[in-house]
Amino acid sequence: MTHRAAHEDLPADDVLARVHREEHSRLLATLVRRFGDLDLAEDAAQEAMESALRTWPQQGVPQRPLAWLTTVAKRSALDRVRRDATAARRLAELHLREGATVAPSADAEALVAGDLPDDRLAMLLGCCHPAIAPVDRITLMLRFVASLSTAEIAQSLLVPVPTLQARITRAKKRIATNRIPLTVPTDPAERARRLPLVLTAISLIFTEGYAATSGDTAIRRELTDEAIRLARITHRLAPGPAEPGGLLSLLLLTDARSPAREDAEGIPVPLEEQDRSRWDATLIEEGLELVREAAGRPDADRFTIQASIAALHAEAPRFADTDWAQIVVLYDLLLSRGEDPVVRMNRAIAVGRAQHPADGLALLEALAGDPELMHHHPFHIALALFQDETGNPEEAAASWRRALELAGGAAERQFIERRLRSLGEAPTA
Amino acid sequence: MKYVLLLMGNLADDRCGETDDAPGPEEFMAFDAALEKAGVLAGGFALTDPEEGTSLTKADRDAEPVITAGPYAESREFVGGTIVLEVDTLDEALVWAAKCPGAIGGRIEVRPLLDL
Repeated sequence: MTHRAAHEDLPADDVLARVHREEHSRLLATLVRRFGDLDLAEDAAQEAMESALRTWPQQGVPQRPLAWLTTVAKRSALDRVRRDATAARRLAELHLREGATVAPSADAEALVAGDLPDDRLAMLLGCCHPAIAPVDRITLMLRFVASLSTAEIAQSLLVPVPTLQARITRAKKRIATNRIPLTVPTDPAERARRLPLVLTAISLIFTEGYAATSGDTAIRRELTDEAIRLARITHRLAPGPAEPGGLLSLLLLTDARSPAREDAEGIPVPLEEQDRSRWDATLIEEGLELVREAAGRPDADRFTIQASIAALHAEAPRFADTDWAQIVVLYDLLLSRGEDPVVRMNRAIAVGRAQHPADGLALLEALAGDPELMHHHPFHIALALFQDETGNPEEAAASWRRALELAGGAAERQFIERRLRSLGEAPTA
Repeated sequence: MKYVLLLMGNLADDRCGETDDAPGPEEFMAFDAALEKAGVLAGGFALTDPEEGTSLTKADRDAEPVITAGPYAESREFVGGTIVLEVDTLDEALVWAAKCPGAIGGRIEVRPLLDL
């Protein structure tokens, strides 16, 4: 309810749009907790929003929009239950199980108290239940926590709308059939096990938008924004552990470079050539503060380590000032948490910068048999750069051409073609 | 709400019951006792080895049944036994599945009982 004072002078439509954006997921999560039924909660939330659309423009925006919507939604859900025998039976079962938590008097108290509970952590953890497939976790989070429409999610994940709808239907059916609880696990050990799944899903949403090789830029941009919003919610709701702060920091520090990542023609600009004055100083400041806080905690893990690497890039005024030796140390730390060929590749690049390109090249060449890296075009770009810097333009050209074969997006291909031309090579064979 | 734990074994796994790590019958009995004590046990059964089984299949509705000795040849996995639990949520079922000795080197498939 942070906008309580601000909304008074705004037209009802604007307030409603903002309430939808900021509070719809809270409303939905509250209804899910109360009724234990995703479909019922969704319908009731929808009806409350429609009711607001009808009445707010004439009667004015209520003092506390979320409380108003919650009351209307609960009433509409109860109406529906009375009409619908199946829902009634399901709800009766819930009454039996949970007793007091669904007693109507509690609502009145909650509204008088003025402090509505935020049930979204339960939704976040519920959407990322290990019994739900990873691809469905992302979809459910975008739908139920980020409150994106089915069409928006389909567009941003580059899948057809019917596919996306089928995915949501399947996941909801799975939640209902298996009775997957959309609640915060009471066992702290289980909570600790579940949180990394939430963070991974959020980072996948961000990567999906950030590393986009096709699709509408504006829509992909939406995806990185939503990931940051979800990371903020998670960080706020789970402030204890290090990793939510680490993830938020990583996303902010990475996103801060966005304005410099592409040139005027939309062609990618590598880190060493980026105009660092165009990096977003506000995001960097916030990201640095978060990572300092997270890195000091004993449970700091992968996301915090990656954020620390991003921080070293953010803190270097020029590419040449980067503390590569420290970055190598951090990549080693990351590898100590688990082997990952892409991390190995990044470490090799950092070694090449910290010491000599030939050292980096030797490490990269040692990785050349890795099946994942063979098909990863950044690996061939890294090879090409070091081969060129160590005086092997022919080998470099061959690596650039291999990268060109593998690159997916048009902008990326143009970037590689430009490099090939600068080596005096024709970009196409 | 009833969940069935299907205790799956694998024919290809030569450790099945043969190594020190494999759970013995007394562990399964202790697990059964724990379920009973918690009041969540709603049924179940243990099965003889899959090679003792007999398969019957009909290619379509009107086809003659084809009977063969042993399990379905294409599948390496078999059901070694089942346990029926009466609990409220999947999470509770999973807590029990994690304690089930059959999970060690095997696989527990948790399936809600179809409510007809």
